Amino acid sequence: MAQVQDIEIRDSAGRVAKAVDDLPDIQGDRMVLNMGPSHPATHGVLRIVLELDGETITKADPDVGYLHRGDEKIAENMTYTQFIPYTDRLDYLSPLANNVAYALAVEKALGIHDKLPPRCQYIRVMCCELARISSHLLGLGAFAMDVGAVTVFLLVFTEREKIYNLAEAASGARLTTTYTRIGGLMRDIPPTWCDQVRQFIKEFTVALAEVEVLLTRNRIWVDRLRDLGHISKEMAIDYALSGPNLRGSGIEWDLRKKQPYLCYKDLEFDIPVGSVGDCYDRYLVRMEEMRQSMRILEQCVNKIPGGAANEIKEPVNIADGKVTLPSKEKVLSSMEELIHQFMIVTEGVNVPPGEVYFGHENPKGELGFYINSQGGGVPYRLKIRAPSFVNLSILGELMPGAMISDVPVILGSLDFVMGESDR
Amino acid sequence: MTALDQAQKLKARFGDLIAEPTEFRGEISLKIADAEKIFDVCSFAKTQLGFDYLVDISSVDNYGEDPRWTVVYHLRGLNHGAELRLKTDVSEEKSELPSILGVWRTSNWHEREIYDMMGIRFSGHPDLRRILMWEGYPYFPLRKDFPLAGKPTDLPGVAFTKPAPLEGGPFVTFPSSAGAISREPRARTPEE
Repeated sequence: MAQVQDIEIRDSAGRVAKAVDDLPDIQGDRMVLNMGPSHPATHGVLRIVLELDGETITKADPDVGYLHRGDEKIAENMTYTQFIPYTDRLDYLSPLANNVAYALAVEKALGIHDKLPPRCQYIRVMCCELARISSHLLGLGAFAMDVGAVTVFLLVFTEREKIYNLAEAASGARLTTTYTRIGGLMRDIPPTWCDQVRQFIKEFTVALAEVEVLLTRNRIWVDRLRDLGHISKEMAIDYALSGPNLRGSGIEWDLRKKQPYLCYKDLEFDIPVGSVGDCYDRYLVRMEEMRQSMRILEQCVNKIPGGAANEIKEPVNIADGKVTLPSKEKVLSSMEELIHQFMIVTEGVNVPPGEVYFGHENPKGELGFYINSQGGGVPYRLKIRAPSFVNLSILGELMPGAMISDVPVILGSLDFVMGESDR
Repeated sequence: MTALDQAQKLKARFGDLIAEPTEFRGEISLKIADAEKIFDVCSFAKTQLGFDYLVDISSVDNYGEDPRWTVVYHLRGLNHGAELRLKTDVSEEKSELPSILGVWRTSNWHEREIYDMMGIRFSGHPDLRRILMWEGYPYFPLRKDFPLAGKPTDLPGVAFTKPAPLEGGPFVTFPSSAGAISREPRARTPEE
């Protein structure tokens, strides 16, 4: 392995501050610059109204809502199962993880979230980790491209393509997967899937190392990311950041460890945390998270109950006729199953009155669903706690003092997606 | 210390203001009788009980009941890991409760969203504007009496521009036997 040498980093923020101080006081108006909603560096339809003093930002007012589709209103008007496709469209870079998060929230309301068949849990975990890699890869690719490293973008998209192929093999769709069902999965994974995942891990390890070589010790990359967009621990908690943005500030909080769901407690993985909380730390945290995801995937393909081909017919759905659909064969031959199928399709699963909140460690942060049920198959109120929405609220505090060329860097390091933020 | 112990502590401090904690699926909910006191309760929970992380604020429209609104706060302590749900009712006539922006700054956008979607105002919020809908939108779409299909509104004019001179397809050629140069739409004047 190559020797890693420490390289000296100039204090770019300090130089900027000094240059500003050295300037003679020029009387002039502040300029208001409207960035977005259609701007390549805003990763979607985010608009930021920047107030500039020369090239330094003095005030930033993010304006979200351009992609608002009223998902919460829509959810109140359909059954729990019917809403699953809408969760694909929240964080559309990790639909598999959204599906799992939503299914677990409804299952918690039903009280069956810890009774899922083990095979289902393992498949769901693999889906989540694949989604995490896929989402981090796109975030990283777009981030690097905004900073000027286009090669990374091409590299990571080659790898994402393989994840899309895996999603397609499992669910039949590449982007809008809708893979989970309440109490289980749409179907079992195909017999060759685990081998495909193994193959992917093998290839991805190489590609990730290549990206690492291109970026981590790259002088331009480090210069532009270090000491920029600094978020202290207190600030991160105060703004309730989650996911890599929270961990980048040095807070070891990961719902997979702190409130283990599915089979995460049986798996070994580490939680990377940053030390300073700048853009570079958040980048490093994401890189390490991808490696940990590979570790989890590897354990899952080895430990999955029933094996890759599932010859012993391990179930992937909960054996409860009132929650999951019975097999078509039984529906056509047995009265009870026919009734169950009819009830689930027409009225939905019957969630008892009450309210639950379930937070899921999504690639972007904590995706939470607050379900307020008054009984029956339709939620009375479904609130989506979108990590991107909460993470973006810090922009107004983070931007002032930075240069205008730092905006894409800060945005890229926060890694948000507007479909989720605006809901 | 479990969430239930924390809830009892909160109840011991505020007495009758807080109802008995209820548990559902392992989650503890507390009802606060007077919405005006929400700031004090939150501030106590943060400083004394270690609930330093505000996960979410949501709102529920109990249409046809009185009081109409319920505002729900999800608290979490990153150090002890316990979670607590605080709920408080607000009547429709009042539709206002104190902002907790002074306790957690993350509540800024949550409160703006609730104002935008439900029309509940937060007194003391410095910047209570719409956030997801546009400025000047007249309705509150998450209310139960707002139809799913929406209502017609006057859209702000800024969203529209005049038709472009070559609108309708500058890159579409007409089928003809003429030469490529005369078929090329960009060679034509826009009036043709």
